[in-house]
Amino acid sequence: MAKELYIKNLRAGVADKQILYGVNLKVTTGKIVALMGKNGSGKSTLSHVVMGNPEYQVTGGQIMWQGKNILKLPVHERARLGIFLAFQYPLEIPGLSVFHFLQTSAKAVQGKNFKPQVFQKELEKARKELKLPEQFLTRSVNEGFSGGEKKRMEILQLKVLQPKIAILDETDSGLDIDALKLVAGNVRQLVSKEFGALVITHYQRLLNFLKPDEVHIMSAGKIIKSGNYKLVKKLEQQGYEWLEK
Amino acid sequence: MTKSNNLNIKYDKYTFKDAHTPLYKAPKGLRVEIVKMISAQKNEPEWLLDMRLRALEIFYAKAMPAWGADLSEIDFADIYYYIKPVSERGLTWEDVPKDIKNTFEKLGIPQAERKFLAGVGAQYESEMIYHSLKEKWSKLGVIFEDMSLAPQKYPDLVKKYFGKVVPIKDNKFAALNTAVWSGGSFIYIPKGVKVEIPLQAYFRINAAGMGQFERTLIIADEGSSVHYIEGCTAPMYSKDSLHAAVVELVALQSSHIRYTTIQNWSRNVYNLVTKRAIAEAGATVEWVDGNLGSKVTMKYPCVVLKGERARAEILSVAFANSGQHLDAGSKVIHLGRNTSSNVISKSISKGSGRTSYRGLVQVNKNALHTKVKVKCDALLIDEASRSDTYPTMAIDNKEVTIEHEATVAKIGQMQLYYLQSRGIDIETAERLIVSGFMDIFTRELPMEYALELNRLLAMEMEGSVG
Repeated sequence: MAKELYIKNLRAGVADKQILYGVNLKVTTGKIVALMGKNGSGKSTLSHVVMGNPEYQVTGGQIMWQGKNILKLPVHERARLGIFLAFQYPLEIPGLSVFHFLQTSAKAVQGKNFKPQVFQKELEKARKELKLPEQFLTRSVNEGFSGGEKKRMEILQLKVLQPKIAILDETDSGLDIDALKLVAGNVRQLVSKEFGALVITHYQRLLNFLKPDEVHIMSAGKIIKSGNYKLVKKLEQQGYEWLEK
Repeated sequence: MTKSNNLNIKYDKYTFKDAHTPLYKAPKGLRVEIVKMISAQKNEPEWLLDMRLRALEIFYAKAMPAWGADLSEIDFADIYYYIKPVSERGLTWEDVPKDIKNTFEKLGIPQAERKFLAGVGAQYESEMIYHSLKEKWSKLGVIFEDMSLAPQKYPDLVKKYFGKVVPIKDNKFAALNTAVWSGGSFIYIPKGVKVEIPLQAYFRINAAGMGQFERTLIIADEGSSVHYIEGCTAPMYSKDSLHAAVVELVALQSSHIRYTTIQNWSRNVYNLVTKRAIAEAGATVEWVDGNLGSKVTMKYPCVVLKGERARAEILSVAFANSGQHLDAGSKVIHLGRNTSSNVISKSISKGSGRTSYRGLVQVNKNALHTKVKVKCDALLIDEASRSDTYPTMAIDNKEVTIEHEATVAKIGQMQLYYLQSRGIDIETAERLIVSGFMDIFTRELPMEYALELNRLLAMEMEGSVG
């Protein structure tokens, strides 16, 4: 039975401004769902509200994970349930090594199931699959990383933490073709009945490699069109204007 | 002035178990007689007793500093000015406050009781190590002795350098120390000798404990190098509420001295320390200074770059929790040409704790081609936390390169959110950020200290200490 993240009629915003006006969206394991839309449509906000970013206030609706509303849960508990967000702008943590960070996260998410040797092996494998050099692990998290390195670092975390649902927030921005292919390949490979992804982007490029199962288009805080991969092609040819009529 | 010669003191071991002097029945408070007794007890030469007495006069004459932390609660009359042996201090494990005992349990420190009370931590194994090292060193001509024994054993060396780096008039508390000092380390490294293993304060098994008024003098002769470590990350409980130490470093031509201190005095202590080094041509002095404990600390490690191409590196960290005021900093005085200094200061304030960075950079008019770099960063954890920066630059020539960078930040909410989004709870996330902030300091410590420091940090962040 697929595990489901159900965003139900979600309304949210910041102090003086509403951004989400009733979003309805389902993301399940076994599938890749794409969310597209122009800048300012609320796509990133949605991803952060799902994760629990304290900068946003939820004013209506629910976020159900496997039938339970997770809105009251703090951020770290949502992560421990298996929800992962690959940040569009990953944060720098000076003085904290990538290795120590990954180990602490893995321990937090896996709890009693954490096994140091298994972790080491999986980390090594994931690092190589993302073509990241060994000295990467001793660098401070995201400090001095290029855009591409930051994005691959997000995917490295994803592979190590093994979430059930991963939200990729504009992971493609700033990536060259090779890095894009690498990321897409890594994510596609993970899809199974224990893993699904919500891919947020306003470019079509990544989706050409990822081939999503569903495509939704967001505008002004709401989903205005849903379909399949053919929608991506249409956007590629016609842009977003035809949707605004 | 005649010294008392009828005290039967054994000097092979610095313990008082054979002494029967009225010193230990003497009351609290400072008076000339006590200074004389301290000097007599150690059978000191005339010049040293003279210096003590002159220093006492200066101490009485000088006013309390009008800047820095609040020292108004120090009651000079309520202090014992001589050192008592450990066993006679009347301190038992039962006397120790519960939160300190809990800290030891949490830190998992073996033989906690003894280490804590003695302040020496010289457990049996360390004694063995110390003895074998001592043999090796004495073959090289390295001297590592208790300061109290140094004037008799090495009179020429002591006379040549004692009080020359920190003059008795320097400040009120240096004067106090000069009057009543007892214990501390005396180290001499001969020409060209490079001591690889760090010398540690706790190797001085003959010491009667971490004294209130320790005096340390390290002389590194030409081309030599030494690393000295003192202190302990584990909380040091002291009934004595005033600690006024003096450290003098003499780095002769092309020598290298690194002095590492980690201080974690209990929260009743006023820790007022004067540390200064003189670096001759081509010499390097490094101060690595960690301040965790005490109620009040005032400490500004200083390097006088006297000779050409002399170099100073000062790396300090201060973590002030509620009820603490850590006023720390650095002083670099550039006298010679082509000298350089690099200062990195990291301050963290939590709860209502307060840190200050007080730094002086002085470049004399003949100190051409000077390079200075100062970086002071402050991290404020809570709303009530406070940090201040008082940098002073007195630059008297134009051929200098000065970089100064100061930052103040709170723990980033987005950084916390990022860590939490990886399943890390907020306390752990804060600790990781603070530990990362201190990393530049922690990585300069020997492994055991770094590990203990991180564990201690975790406890401070939890709010379970102090």
